[in-house]
Amino acid sequence: MVDAAIRATIDDAAASAAARRHFAGRVGVYAFLTFFAFIYVLPLFVIVANSFRELPEIIQNGLIGFPHSFSFKAWSTVWNSYCVGGTCAGIQHNFFNSLEMTIPATIISTMLGLLNGYILSKWRFYGSEVIFTCMMFGVFMPGQISLMPWAFILGQVGLANSITGLVLIHCVQGVSFTTLFCRNYYINIPDDLIKAARIDGAGFWRIFFKIILPLSPPILIVTVIWQFTGIWNEYLFGVVFTAGRAQPITASLVGMATGGTNVRVYDVMSAGVLIGAIPPLLIYFFGGKYFVRGLTQGAIK
Amino acid sequence: MSSLTISNLHKSFGPVEVLKGVDLEARTGEFVALVGPSGCGKSTLLAMIAGLETISSGEIRIDGRLVNSVAPKDRDIAMVFQSYALYPTMTVRQNITFGMESRHVPRGVQDEAVKRVAALLQIEPLLQRKPGQLSGGQRQRVAMGRALVRDPKLFLFDEPLSNLDAKLRVEMRSEIKRLHQRVGKTTIYVTHDQVEAMTLASRIAVMHKGELQQFDVPRMVYDRPANMFVASFMGSPSMNFLAAEIADGQGMSLKLTNGEDGPLTLNLAAPLTRQGAARGVILGVRPEHISLHHAERAADKRASATVPATVELVEPTGAETMVGLRLAGREVTARFEPHEAPDVGETVTLSLDMSKACLFDAQSEQLIS
Repeated sequence: MVDAAIRATIDDAAASAAARRHFAGRVGVYAFLTFFAFIYVLPLFVIVANSFRELPEIIQNGLIGFPHSFSFKAWSTVWNSYCVGGTCAGIQHNFFNSLEMTIPATIISTMLGLLNGYILSKWRFYGSEVIFTCMMFGVFMPGQISLMPWAFILGQVGLANSITGLVLIHCVQGVSFTTLFCRNYYINIPDDLIKAARIDGAGFWRIFFKIILPLSPPILIVTVIWQFTGIWNEYLFGVVFTAGRAQPITASLVGMATGGTNVRVYDVMSAGVLIGAIPPLLIYFFGGKYFVRGLTQGAIK
Repeated sequence: MSSLTISNLHKSFGPVEVLKGVDLEARTGEFVALVGPSGCGKSTLLAMIAGLETISSGEIRIDGRLVNSVAPKDRDIAMVFQSYALYPTMTVRQNITFGMESRHVPRGVQDEAVKRVAALLQIEPLLQRKPGQLSGGQRQRVAMGRALVRDPKLFLFDEPLSNLDAKLRVEMRSEIKRLHQRVGKTTIYVTHDQVEAMTLASRIAVMHKGELQQFDVPRMVYDRPANMFVASFMGSPSMNFLAAEIADGQGMSLKLTNGEDGPLTLNLAAPLTRQGAARGVILGVRPEHISLHHAERAADKRASATVPATVELVEPTGAETMVGLRLAGREVTARFEPHEAPDVGETVTLSLDMSKACLFDAQSEQLIS
C-alpha cells in the first residue's frame, strides 16, 4: 500500500518533469518560428506601411518605422501621373499591359497543355515518348538561352515591342510546363475509360470533352495558377522586348527604381510594387489550397 | 451459325509473341469462357476481338463479317471491364446512355432502353448517383447495364468479377448466368478463375503461353483434359500426377516404382489401345476419385485399384476434408467426406477410381486415354 503510494508519487514526479520538458520544447519551437515569420513578414510590412506614409515623414523617420502619417497620395500618383521612361501617365497602362499579356497567354498555354497531355498519355503514337522528352527540355532550359532566337523571330513576324509578341513567347515557353503537368495527371486516369468510350462510339474530341475535361479541374487549377503567376511575374522578356508604354508592369517597376530622378520616392515606389503584386497575391490567396490539393490528388478517388 | 470466328490469330509485341495461332469459334447464343493463368494471352485476345489491339496476322469475323480493321465502335460489341471503367463524372444514367448519345439515338428510345436495363439489373434507385457513391457490386451491375443497354452481336467480359470479395463474386456469378439465360447473347468471358469458367460457360477455351490448349464443354475439359496443363489448371485441389510405366504387353496394368519396396501394380479400367510400353506414362487422378477402400464398396467399382498410403496432412474445409497422403513415395491429395477423414500418421488403404483416371504421355504431356 505504502509502496504503491510511493511509486505513484515517483511516477507523478516523472510525468510532471516530462510535461515540463515538453512545454519548454514547445516554447522553443514557437519562439523559433515566430522569429522567422517576423523576418519574412517584415519587408511586406515595410512596403505596405510606406505606401501609406508621406515622403517627408519617411525621410525624417527612416525607411523602417511605424507610420506617423497616413495618405493615399502615393497610390494615386503611381497609378495616374508618375513619370516612367519619359511619359507621365503612371503605371496603369503597364498594369493593363500585364493583364493583356497574362490572361491570353495563360489560357492558350493551358489549353495547349491539356490537349498535349491528353494525346501524350492516352493516344500514344510511334515517337510520342521522344516528343514528350524533347518538350521536357523546355522545362529545364533557362529563359535567357532563347533571348536571341526570340529577338530574331519577333523581328521577322513584326511583333517586336508588342504585348502580342510577349503572349506568343509565354505560350511557347509555358507549354512544356503545362504539358508536363497535364500529361502526368492524365497518366493516372485508367486507360479502360478510354477503351470503354471507344467501344461506346466516342471519338477523340468527344472523349476529351466528355470524359477527360470533366476530370481535369484539379490539374486545371494548378496549371492556371502556375502559368498566371509565372507570366505575370516574368521580367526578362518584358524588359528586353518592350519599352516605355508597351512594357508589362514588372519591367516598368524596374524602370521606376533605376530611372532618371535622384530623389528616391519611397512612398510611390512602395505603392507601385504593391499594385504589381496584387494579382498574384490574390490568386495565391484564393487558389492556394486548390493548388496544393491539385498537385497531391490523383485523377480518380 | 457462329457469331464469332477466329482463325490462325497471331499477335506480337515487338519480339514477344503473345498469341501463336489461335483458332476459336462461338456459336450464336453461346457462352465461351477464355481461361488461363495470367500472361497466357486471354486478355489480349479479348482486346483484339474488341478492336482495342491490332492484329499481327490471322482473321477475326463477327457474324461472318471480317472485322480485322474495323473500329471498336463499328464492331457491334459491348464490353464489361475488370475495373468497370465507369465514367466517374457522370451519373449512372449518363454512363448507361453515353454510348447511345454518341450514336445519336433519339431521346425517347434512350429512356426506354434505360428503363428496361435498370429494371433487369434492379438499379433503378441508383440512376442519379455517381459511380463514386456506389459499392463494388453496384458498380459491377452498372457496368453490365452499360453493356446490356445496346443490343450488340457480342458481349465481351474481361475478368468482371475479380475485383469483388468472395461472397459477392459467387452472387454475381449466378446473376451473370441467369442474365445470359434470359438475354441469350453470344458472350466471350475472360477469367483466370477455373470455377467461374466451369460454372458459367457452355464451352471453355483453356489458354497457356499464347496457345489454345483445349476448347470443349466444361464436362470434357474437366474429365478428359487434353494435356497435363489443362488437367492441373482446371480443378482445385489439382489433379494428382503419378509417374508410372506400362506393366504388360496388353496394356492392362500400370507399374508404380516404390523405392525399396516392390512396385505397385494398378489395373487399368480399359486396355491401352495405343501402345506406349517403351515410354513412361503419367497417371492423373483427381482428388475426389480417391477414397478409402471398403470391401463392400469395391464390389460395384470394378475399375478401382487399391493401394496403401500414409496420411501426412489433414485440412478440413467444412464441407469436405482435403487429405495429403504419401503413396508409393509420391505426394497425393484426396478429397474426403469430413466423417471419413483419417488422422495424421495413419496408414490407410486407398481405392483409386481407374475408370475416371487419365493417362498422359510422359514426354509430350498429352492425354493418351
